[in-house]
Amino acid sequence: MKSAQEAKADQNYQAALTELLYQLADDDFIIAFRGSEWLGLAPHIEEDVAFSSINQDTMGHAAIYYQLLEDLGQGDADALAHGREASQRKNAVLLEEVNGPGHYLKKPLYDWAFAVVRHYFYAQAKKIRIESLKNSSYQPLADAAVKINMELYYHLLHWKTWFTQLATAKGEAPERMKNAIEKVSADMGGVLALGPKEEEMAALGLIESEEVLTQRWNREMEKVFAPLPMSLPAVEMKRGDGRSGVHTSDLDSALTTLSEVYKQDPVASW
Amino acid sequence: MPVMTTSEKAVREKLALVKDPEIDSVSVLDLGMVEQITVEGSSVQVKMLPTFMGCPALEIIKANVENKLLELDWVKSATAVFVYDSPWTSERVTAEGRERLKEFGIAPPPEKLDPDGAWHVDCPYCQSTYTTMDNIFGPTACRSILYCKQCKNPFEAMKPVSTMM
Repeated sequence: MKSAQEAKADQNYQAALTELLYQLADDDFIIAFRGSEWLGLAPHIEEDVAFSSINQDTMGHAAIYYQLLEDLGQGDADALAHGREASQRKNAVLLEEVNGPGHYLKKPLYDWAFAVVRHYFYAQAKKIRIESLKNSSYQPLADAAVKINMELYYHLLHWKTWFTQLATAKGEAPERMKNAIEKVSADMGGVLALGPKEEEMAALGLIESEEVLTQRWNREMEKVFAPLPMSLPAVEMKRGDGRSGVHTSDLDSALTTLSEVYKQDPVASW
Repeated sequence: MPVMTTSEKAVREKLALVKDPEIDSVSVLDLGMVEQITVEGSSVQVKMLPTFMGCPALEIIKANVENKLLELDWVKSATAVFVYDSPWTSERVTAEGRERLKEFGIAPPPEKLDPDGAWHVDCPYCQSTYTTMDNIFGPTACRSILYCKQCKNPFEAMKPVSTMM
């Protein structure tokens, strides 16, 4: 088990650790942003309450990871969250994608099926990752994982309920879910990926290997899909590897929006 | 129980006056958020555990704790820090905290969960067990929304969080 000081003294360890933390932070940060764009647009008022609570928790998780990066000398947590260009971001491409055509202030044509599938698949992948991180060789990350896990429990329960109910509902829901599952699977590989430093991360005991984690995710998915009238396509990484800094224009527009206030006065005290 | 020094006792008395900004009947002590108090001469450090990580009240609570402790004449510096090396769980809410939550119309967190993770709380107004879950998520990260079929009041409950989840 290493502390922040021990991690900083070991260059290889620190490089793999910061890489992992950027992935964890950027994933939660951007999905929480996309989720928050649904505020006021969710299918019903109770969902608006639940979804915004989940987004708030998730943004809190991103904040812990950015804080851990700050503790390792990567810079101010707020600047890491708001001030980095798209090319510096390590989030999976799937998580930056817009919720649907239109703008949330003007004619949002958001797809609830896509939201449910994306958030459910992500929450399940995050759960598997967090369970592994509880045994991370980096003590502050292992501590954070214990805390995050308690909140994630409710998120996973929520999205799994929506997922199974819509997939087995009457009417247009199963068809829309099927389309969303295909769309999400085409880029889900990018969420499960741990990027170019994957081997070092596993070797240093920061997290288990991508292969092991992906197998676990697949096993959970098989259980959930077994009673459903649809199957899980093979996951791919069609639009590129966000872990290597490959992103779409959706991330640029998200960053422009979310950092608008921050950039007006980056040294303001909040 | 370890013997409390007079200065630590004074600190605890002050902390009992720092309320949750969103539930103003319970103090940070009632909620079990205070993990450790260290007094060294005229400086006090309080280690605190956040209930939920995304809670926007954390910074406000931190400032309120520090300002409250500075009211003691012998305190020259006071710092509150949030740590999570020991996670906050809903079992940390004290017996007194549980009563104060009810006064605010919030049912205290359930003391145990069913094997499947389901949980049940009684109505904080009429104590009926005839209640239903309306929304596991509520107006703040730590609360759920329920409904009492007996007295027909909607109410909130503090969400259980445990390391067993």
